[in-house]
Amino acid sequence: MNGIHDMGGMHGFGPVPREEDEPVFHAPWEGRVYAMAIAAGKKRLTEPVGLRAYIEGLDPARYLASSYYERWMGALENALIERGIATREDLDRRTAQFADNPGSQPDRREDPEEAAKVAASIYRHRSPQRETDLPQRFRPGDKVRARTINPTGHTRLPRYIRGRVGVVDRLHGVHSFDDARSQGRGHEPQHIYSVRFEACELWGDEAPESECVYIDMWDSYLDPED
Amino acid sequence: MSDNHDDHEHEAESYASLRTRALESLLVEKGYITTDAIDALVKTYEEDIGPMNGARVVARAWVDPGYKARLLEDGTEAIAELGFQGAEGSEIVVLENTPGVHNVVVCTLCSCYPWPVLGLPPSWYKSFAYRSRMVIEPRAVLKEFGLEVDESTELRVWDSNAEIRYMVLPERPEGAEGMTEEELSGLVTRDAMVGVARARLPEAVGR
Repeated sequence: MNGIHDMGGMHGFGPVPREEDEPVFHAPWEGRVYAMAIAAGKKRLTEPVGLRAYIEGLDPARYLASSYYERWMGALENALIERGIATREDLDRRTAQFADNPGSQPDRREDPEEAAKVAASIYRHRSPQRETDLPQRFRPGDKVRARTINPTGHTRLPRYIRGRVGVVDRLHGVHSFDDARSQGRGHEPQHIYSVRFEACELWGDEAPESECVYIDMWDSYLDPED
Repeated sequence: MSDNHDDHEHEAESYASLRTRALESLLVEKGYITTDAIDALVKTYEEDIGPMNGARVVARAWVDPGYKARLLEDGTEAIAELGFQGAEGSEIVVLENTPGVHNVVVCTLCSCYPWPVLGLPPSWYKSFAYRSRMVIEPRAVLKEFGLEVDESTELRVWDSNAEIRYMVLPERPEGAEGMTEEELSGLVTRDAMVGVARARLPEAVGR
């Protein structure tokens, strides 16, 4: 979707904010949200759309006004509601209860075996490589043009790349196509390539000659260019 | 509700904090997730997975040309040799900085980052400013980080929009001869492995 999350090339956000020696999580709730989102993903509670698409689907004004983990929190809540696991009313009721009882924590439930399994899953290697009967249409050195598409669902083709001409740099094999997955169409594996776009092709003649962007393009994002 | 000392202590609780508890109480109560699984995940990313992992990879590449060649050929495999793999690292490509080429990584659509080697991303990497500006004015952004990249150096910005994750292999600084692999890893910062800084100089760590 042509959402607010698609920020490449936008102006107006000011200098990059930096913090010396920042902690992994700035408050305990950030870690809890993060862990719940990961665990929910493992339990497939955010499938098939995926948490990321729910983040992109947040109201743009809310997206901009929220911190990173506030966006995760909002997206997780929306995913759970859409799946019928939670209702807004129930969450509101629970939120009010915690507000009325300062310092109170959710009831604990433990299962050490399950906890160890969840933690171990973080370290498991899952190759993204898949198989396809589709031909590999491009090779390193080929000139390609990114298609101009405007899907309303999740896509990994940012606006600043659409319609631009680049050169295939390397092959990454065959990966699931995220656009299809988030629309519930399954993996639809495709060849995927790293494509190099010169800065002046993306931003105009004023851009320095010595700058370029490399970005990963699924086969169906590309057309051959003479 | 009593107006006692405890209430006062907690009155600054944010909506996010309260809402997170609401979500946790629901997910735990319904049996989708256990409290100690959440604890374990938080602990893992606070203590076990972070840029110290990537620093070991870089230091090994600096001292072992065979390892470096494998790292640049198949980053995922070579990184797994040191025991680092998993979530958000199923395919890691390592980009070598040289005197003629400087690489820097961004994720304009999200905040994708190679977790097994760098941990969770810092706030600046997730900031709207970094995500929007790095692809259009990389030299200006790098300058804010205190890094000047000469006009004659090719500046390659990698937008990690798909499932491939990128890590930069910074140049080994001058004067680091005679340092052990472990000492060398102390020169490798998170920022250097994203490409917004160079590796620290040996003087900076008292050498």
